[in-house]
Amino acid sequence: MTFWETIQAIGPEVILAVGATDLLLLTAFSKNPNVIRTISLISVLLLLAASAALLGPASHAGNLFHGQFRADAFSAFAKLLIFLASAVAIAMAPGFLKREGEAHGEYPILILFAALGMSVMVSAGDLMMLYVGLELSSLSAYVLASFARRNTRSSEAGLKYFVLGALASGLLLYGISLLYGFTGSTVFEDIAIALATPASEGIELGRLFGIVFVLAGIAFKVSAVPFHMWTPDVYQGAPTPVTAFFASAPKVAAMVLLTRLVIDAMGPATDAWRQIIIFMALASTILGGVAAIGQRNIKRLLAYSSINNVGFALVGLAAAGLAGVASVLIYMTVYVVMTLGSFLVVMRLRGADGEQLESIDSLSGLARSRPGLALAMMTFMFSLAGIPFFFGFYPKLMVFDAAVQADLAWLAAVAIATSVIGAFYYIKIVKIMYFDEGGPELTTEKEPVASGLIALTALAVSPLGYLAIPYLETATTEAAASIVQSGPVVPAAPQTLASGH
Amino acid sequence: MDHVAVNELGFPILTLMLAIPTIAAIVCLFVDAKMARTVALGATLLDLALGILLWASYQVGGDQWQFQEYAPIFGRFAWALGIDGIALMLIMLSVFLMPICILASWTIEKRVQEYMAAFLFVEVLMLGVFMAQDIFLFYVMFEAGLIPMYLIIGIWGGANRIYAAYKFFLYTLLGSVLMLIAMLWMVQTAGTTFIPDLMVYDFDPAAQTWLFLAFFASFAVKLPMWPVHTWLPDAHVQAPTAGSVILAGVLLKLGGYGFVRFSLPMFPEASSELFWLVMGLSLVAVVYTSLVALVQQDMKKLIAYSSVAHMAFVTIGLFAMNQQGIEGGMIVMLSHGLVSGALFLCVGVVYDRMHTREIAKYGGVANNMPAYALFFLLFTMASIGLPGTSGFVGEFLVLIGVYQANSWVAFVATTGIILGASYMLLLFWRIAYGTARTEEAAKMPDLTKREWALLAPIAAAVLWMGVYPESFMAPMRKDVETLVARIERAAPAGDAHIERGAAPAAAADAHHGEGGH
Repeated sequence: MTFWETIQAIGPEVILAVGATDLLLLTAFSKNPNVIRTISLISVLLLLAASAALLGPASHAGNLFHGQFRADAFSAFAKLLIFLASAVAIAMAPGFLKREGEAHGEYPILILFAALGMSVMVSAGDLMMLYVGLELSSLSAYVLASFARRNTRSSEAGLKYFVLGALASGLLLYGISLLYGFTGSTVFEDIAIALATPASEGIELGRLFGIVFVLAGIAFKVSAVPFHMWTPDVYQGAPTPVTAFFASAPKVAAMVLLTRLVIDAMGPATDAWRQIIIFMALASTILGGVAAIGQRNIKRLLAYSSINNVGFALVGLAAAGLAGVASVLIYMTVYVVMTLGSFLVVMRLRGADGEQLESIDSLSGLARSRPGLALAMMTFMFSLAGIPFFFGFYPKLMVFDAAVQADLAWLAAVAIATSVIGAFYYIKIVKIMYFDEGGPELTTEKEPVASGLIALTALAVSPLGYLAIPYLETATTEAAASIVQSGPVVPAAPQTLASGH
Repeated sequence: MDHVAVNELGFPILTLMLAIPTIAAIVCLFVDAKMARTVALGATLLDLALGILLWASYQVGGDQWQFQEYAPIFGRFAWALGIDGIALMLIMLSVFLMPICILASWTIEKRVQEYMAAFLFVEVLMLGVFMAQDIFLFYVMFEAGLIPMYLIIGIWGGANRIYAAYKFFLYTLLGSVLMLIAMLWMVQTAGTTFIPDLMVYDFDPAAQTWLFLAFFASFAVKLPMWPVHTWLPDAHVQAPTAGSVILAGVLLKLGGYGFVRFSLPMFPEASSELFWLVMGLSLVAVVYTSLVALVQQDMKKLIAYSSVAHMAFVTIGLFAMNQQGIEGGMIVMLSHGLVSGALFLCVGVVYDRMHTREIAKYGGVANNMPAYALFFLLFTMASIGLPGTSGFVGEFLVLIGVYQANSWVAFVATTGIILGASYMLLLFWRIAYGTARTEEAAKMPDLTKREWALLAPIAAAVLWMGVYPESFMAPMRKDVETLVARIERAAPAGDAHIERGAAPAAAADAHHGEGGH
C-alpha cells in the first residue's frame, strides 16, 4: 500500500486532525468575539468532509499499520454516525453558549478532537490504539463537561467525570496489561487466537480477569450499570449541548468499540463475556427505568434514559453473531437521533427572560403553549420507550430478534418486560406536556437552526422512519458482516431460518 | 407466498381506508375547531362508504383472503393487507361506529383539533389491526392504539383521568410485550411473517403452550378477562363518552380477534390443553363480574362490568372450538360492539344534561324523555339477549357450541344470562321508571336531533342482526369452517353427546321388521 493510499484510508482522521489543529490556532489569535460562529461553521464542514471521505477507501481498505487500524464498513458506519452527531452538537451550541457568556471558539474544536478520538476508537484493531483513541476523546470530554467555567455545577461535572473517568481508564489499562500478559499480544486477532487455544487453569483465570477489567473500563464509557454512577451528575451539570453530545456520539463510539472488542478479540471466549454483558444489559434496563421515575430534572431523566437504552443495545450485543452486531448498530443509530432530538427540545425550553429551564415541571402545558415542540417531544418520548408506530420500536424489535435468534429468548422476554418500567416515565413526560395545565411562560425567540433540526429528527423517528428500514438494514448488515466474518471464530450458532415454507 | 398485486376493485381499497383518516387527522391539527369537526365527520363517513363498498364487493364463499395488497417496503416485514370474512365484519363494525363517535363528540369544546385527530388515528390503527397480514404490522397497529387512547383518556377524561390513563397504558403494554417475543420466535421457526402462512404452520405442541400463554397475556388484557380486567372500569368511567364507545365497541374486540386469528389456528393443541384455564377465567368473569355489576352506583361502571361478562361469552364460544361456538363468539363480539356502544351513548345523553353518572340521581326519565327511554329499553333488552335482538343470536349460539364441548361450562354460563338480566333490568328500572329522584332529572329534555342520529342507526343494526343474522354470518361462515377444520384435531371431545333416541321396543321391532322382510 502506497503512502497516498494509506492517507486516503485514514482520510477522515487526517481531515479532522489537521482541521482541528488549524482551527485551534485561528481561535487563539482571533480577536473577533463572534469567532465561535465561524469556527462552528468550519467545524461542521470539516465533519461533513470527513463523512464524505468515508465513501472512499476509508470504508474498505481493511487492516492498516499491521492490524492496528481497521478501515472497514463497520467502522465507517460508526464514524458516519459519530461525525453527524458531533456536527449536530456543534450546530446547536453557539446560541446557548452566547447566553451563558461562554462563547469560546474552543467548544467546536474540542468536539472535533473528541470526534477524532472516537474515530480512532471505532477503528482500533489493537488494545493500545483503542486506549489512545479513548483517552483523546475522554480528555476532550472532561474539558467540555466543565466548559461553563463560572457555573459550579459544570465544574463539578467536569471534576467528577475526570476522577471517575481516570479510574475507569485505570481499570481498562490494568485489564489490557493482564490480557497482554496472558495472551502475549495487544492485537485483536492475536488475542483471539490465543484465547481460542486452551491453556492451563492459571492462565485461563488470568485471561478471564483481563476480560473482566477491560469490559469494566469500557462499561464506564457506555455508562452501563454498575458503572453508571457518573452519568446523571455529569449530564445535569454539563452545559446542555455538551450533554447532548455526551449522550450521542461517545455512546456510539464506546458501544461500537465494545462490539468490535468482544466479537473480534474475545470471540472465542464468548461464554466468558456474554454473561457479563447480559448482567449489564438487564441491570441497565432495570435501573435506568426505576431510577428515572423519581427524577425532577429533565437532563437527569434523560441520563437515566440513556442508561436504559444502552441496556437494550447490550441485549443485542449479548446475542452476538451477524444479527446481533447489526442490531446494535441499528439501535445506536436510532438512539442517537432520538436523544439528540430530545436534547434539542430541552434547549428550546427557556423562560421569558431567556434563562434555561431544566425542571420537568416546566414542560407543563407545553401542548398548549408550543404544540409543535410538544408533538416533537412526544415523538421522542414514545420512541425512546419503544412504543410501536413511532420508529423507536424498530431498533428494539431488531435487538430482541437477534436475541431470539441466538437462543436467548428468555433474555429478550425479561428485557422487554423491563421496558414497561421505562415506559412509565416516558409517558409521564407526555402526561405533563399534554394533560397538565399551566407551566412557565416561554420565550418566543426564533431559532431556525434548532427548529429545523428538531423537525428533522422528529420526522426521522416518526412512522416515516419505517421507510428507511431497507437502507438501514442493508448498511448495518454489511457493516456487521465486515467484522463478524473477518473474526476468527463464529459466535454462538444462531438458529437458521427454517426454509421451505 | 403468492400475492395479488391488484385486488378485485382495481384500486387498493384497504390502503385507501387507512389513508383517508390519516390524512384527515393531520389536516385536523391545522384547521379551526369547527372545520376539524367537519373534516373528521367527513373522513369517517367516507370510510363508512368505502366499508359498504368493501362489504358489497366481498365475495361470500370466494377466496379466503380477499383485497390483498403486498408491498415489501419495510425490510424485515411488509405492508401486507388483506381481509377474510371475520376481519370484514369487524371492519364494518369499526367504520360504522366511528362517525357516530365523532357526532357524539360534537359538544366537546376543549382542544377539538387534537381530539378529532386522536380519534381518527384510533380508527386508522383499529382498521390496521383487522387488515394486517404481516405479523409485525399487526403488532405495530395493535400496540400503537395505546397512544391515542392514552391521550383521549388523559386529556378529555373525567376527574381521575390521569390515573386511569396510566393504568390503561401500562396494563395493556405489559400484557402485550411478551407477545412480541413469541412472535419473533414464531417468525424464526416458521421462516415467514405472513399471517396466512403462519396460520397453517404446525408449531411443535410443546412450544405451543408457551406461545399460547404469551399471546394469551396480551389478548386477555385487551379483551379483558378476569382477573386482568381492572383497567377497564377505570378507563371507561374516566373516558369521554365517545372514548368509551370506541373502547367498548371496537378496542375490546381486538382481543377476541387476536384469539380467532392467532391463538386458535396457530396453537390448536395448546388451546385445547388450556381449555380449562380459558373456561375457568371466563366463567368466573361471567358470574363474578355480573355480581359486581349488580351493586354498582355508577352507570358507566355498571356497563363496563357488563362488558367483561359479555366478553367472557366470547372466549367461551371461541374456545368451544366448534362451528356454533366460534360463530356465536363472533356474533357476540359484533352485538356487544353495537349494544355496549349504544349504552354508553345513552349514558352520555343523560350525562350531558345532569353531569353525573350516579344512578341514584336519576329516576323516572321515561316520563319526560319517552324516546330516550325507548332506545334505552331496546339496548337494555339487546344486552340481556332478548330474542329478536342481536344479543340473543350470539349468546344462544355460544351456549349451543359450548354445550358440545362441555355441558358444565354451558350450565354455569347460562346463569350469566339470568344475572345479566338482573343488573340491566335493575339499571333500567332505577333510571327510567318511578319518579325522578332529583328535580333536574325531572326537567331533562328529550333527545335532540343529533342524539336521534346517534342512536337510531345502532338500533336498526341491533334489530337487523337479531332478526336476520344471516347477513352477518354468511361472510364469516366459510372462514369459520376453515378454522374449525384446522383445529378439529384438538377440539375437546365433549361430555354430553346425545344419541338420536328411539324407544328400545320400537327399535327392536324395526330390527325384526327388517329381518322379516
